[in-house]
Amino acid sequence: MAIVFEKTKGLTDKPTHYCPGCTHGIIHRLVAEVMEEMDLLDNAIGVAPVGCSVLAYEYFNVDMHEAAHGRAPAVATGIKRVHPENFVFTYQGDGDLASIGTAEIVHAAHRGEKFTTIFVNNAIYGMTGGQMAPTTLIGQKTTTSPYGRDEATTGKPIKMSELLATIDGAAFVERVAVNNPANIRKAKKAIKEAFKVQLEGKGFGIVEVLSTCPTNWGLTPVEAMKWLEKDMMPYYPLGNFRKPEEVE
Amino acid sequence: MTKVLMKGNEAVGAAAIAAGCHYFFGYPITPQSEVPEYMSRELPKVGGSYVQAESEVAAINMVYGASGSGARVMTSSSSPGIALKQEGISYCAGAELPCVIVDMMRGGPGLGTIQPAQGDYFLATRGGGNGDYRLIVLAPADVQELVDLVMEGFDLADIYRTPVMILGDGMIGQMMEPVEFKYQQRTDLPEKDWATRGKGKGKQKNIINSLYLEAEELEKHNHHLQAKYAEIREKEKKVEVYNIEDADIVITAYGTTSRIAKTAIAKLEKEGYKVGMIRPISLYPFPNEAYEKINDNCKGVLTVEMSTGQMIDDVKLSLNGRIPTYFHGRSGGMVPGPEEIVEKVKEILGGGK
Amino acid sequence: MDERLIIAGFGGQGVMAMGQLLTYSGMIEGKNVSWLPSYGPEMRGGTANCNVTISTEPVGSPVVLEATTAVVLNLPSMDKFEESVVPGGNLMINSSLIEKKAERDDINVYYIPANEIANEIGNARIANMVMLGAYIEITGSIKIDSVYEAFGKVFGETKAHLLPVNKDALKRGAEVVREQMKVNA
Repeated sequence: MAIVFEKTKGLTDKPTHYCPGCTHGIIHRLVAEVMEEMDLLDNAIGVAPVGCSVLAYEYFNVDMHEAAHGRAPAVATGIKRVHPENFVFTYQGDGDLASIGTAEIVHAAHRGEKFTTIFVNNAIYGMTGGQMAPTTLIGQKTTTSPYGRDEATTGKPIKMSELLATIDGAAFVERVAVNNPANIRKAKKAIKEAFKVQLEGKGFGIVEVLSTCPTNWGLTPVEAMKWLEKDMMPYYPLGNFRKPEEVE
Repeated sequence: MTKVLMKGNEAVGAAAIAAGCHYFFGYPITPQSEVPEYMSRELPKVGGSYVQAESEVAAINMVYGASGSGARVMTSSSSPGIALKQEGISYCAGAELPCVIVDMMRGGPGLGTIQPAQGDYFLATRGGGNGDYRLIVLAPADVQELVDLVMEGFDLADIYRTPVMILGDGMIGQMMEPVEFKYQQRTDLPEKDWATRGKGKGKQKNIINSLYLEAEELEKHNHHLQAKYAEIREKEKKVEVYNIEDADIVITAYGTTSRIAKTAIAKLEKEGYKVGMIRPISLYPFPNEAYEKINDNCKGVLTVEMSTGQMIDDVKLSLNGRIPTYFHGRSGGMVPGPEEIVEKVKEILGGGK
Repeated sequence: MDERLIIAGFGGQGVMAMGQLLTYSGMIEGKNVSWLPSYGPEMRGGTANCNVTISTEPVGSPVVLEATTAVVLNLPSMDKFEESVVPGGNLMINSSLIEKKAERDDINVYYIPANEIANEIGNARIANMVMLGAYIEITGSIKIDSVYEAFGKVFGETKAHLLPVNKDALKRGAEVVREQMKVNA
């Protein structure tokens, strides 16, 4: 019988712990597929964050580090300096990257570190039980913004891609979403381009992926996808913010 | 090999490079800034990499990444910066990553002062960061010993897969003394087959990690770490001992304070006093057996520190009440003079020689 | 032999370099040596000083509280360190910048117009070397040849062309104290 589909070799056989309807699974698969297609599985070293994807080191079928909360870009810097010939990536959530790890991500970009960051933005702290993140939308209810996020006391949601795109060392910055097949294909293309930027030594690259958290949003998976489209995407516009000319 | 006159902080860098350390992640802070300055100048010459991190927090996490990738790696700072590194040091201890961390201590707490102090003894020997871990802590008293301990520190870190802290102070970092690089690397260094290099190069997929969500697993890991620390306590104690069989009083001090104590002892001996000395070189493991060997007729053990009293806890634990203990300390960047120690000894002995 | 020095002056007067040269020279001669700089806030604009020990014995405390010789290049340094000299020790005063006379009579005091001599030689920055020449003449604790050898090590080969003018300064410093030594003796 002819094989028409195979699971990517970039993922291990370990069942993931992600909630039903969570899009981490899709994003893991995209990253793993791209690594496999680009023949990077024997060469890659990944860095997992603290957050829902803390166990990513068990799922990606490559050498992995588990970093302290927010420090994945610093850990990746150490790895890449020792192994400049290896492909290095971090996989981080929005609490990890946009809150506790802002200094590390900004300065990794600022130095133009030659690794790639996959930034999963679901507008909430998932692992700790649905607290407010810097990316939480105005009015969004979480366990630490029970009356809805209030702009007067907590500010507006932070737009990391736009922020990082102002830094010259960030060679590739793009925001994608995984809410439908067309966007998933675009997300995969962006990840591939970002990886290529690293392999060509052009600088730091980041792909922000808008993601769902049905459990902590208190929605069904289908409703969550709709919320992502209707509420998140208008505030966090998709598109490329920065790329080297040759990659276009 | 001929001797060269080197500043302590520069000697740290030279010793590290001589030990094969080609990666350094640092951040400026007085009185240790000559270490990152030296490394930024010298590492490119040996094909290494120097990164001025955005913070001490980032620097120690870069160390984590570099060490997990199989390289010899170092970071340095002074007290407030070392406090910031505690997160990463705990992770390195948990993930069993070898590295060398240099603390050129200054006065505290808080921003304190840039003058020398020894107020980080607890931080260094009790863990400092979260969880049940220890570091190997080595305290040099002169620049030559600083060089020797940095070089040996890399070997100990590799052998035991543990962070090693070199605990100096602003004085040893800033002073110049003759040094030579004569330490011979140990030949029994283990292969780092656990490091990440891309799984195509290794035998299996490697993971650098300190997370154990299952309680049974983490307890097992903690027992493994404790067994390692027990082996370190058994094999790696370092101490200088002088005249404790015969002494009426024993002075104990580490690092630069021990040198001041030695000057005081020379003065006291000229006046006919019988004074012994114990100088712990390894602060963890603490050389407790040396204190057990002090003669029973000894009238007291005087701990001298540039702090308000930290190492004295270990001295008391080692003596277990057998001999009275006394303390003389200066802090805030004040350095005790030999005369103060002489006076304290006379006060303890009540003028009797 | 146990020489413990305090060398003090304004930042920029070369007190650190003078101390390093002396320390390196002692090392070349196989002595035990240490050099300890002040690195506190006083470095910024105020006085700088360093402690040098040159000894046949192992160096204990590198901090010099009781100096066998104090070299003071400006008035604040003299006010601070005159009392640090042990009885019978030496106080070397840069009389170009310090008009005051020493108060103590239990020590040997030398007045060296270091800046005037340096200017005569044609390089205002080598007043420290005039003082060093004088120090070696007074104490004989190191050989002048060791200083020549140490010069390149401390300042680097790029400064080697400055050795002749520095030799002049060392010589003039020695000459100027020779007369005063007779008086003190």
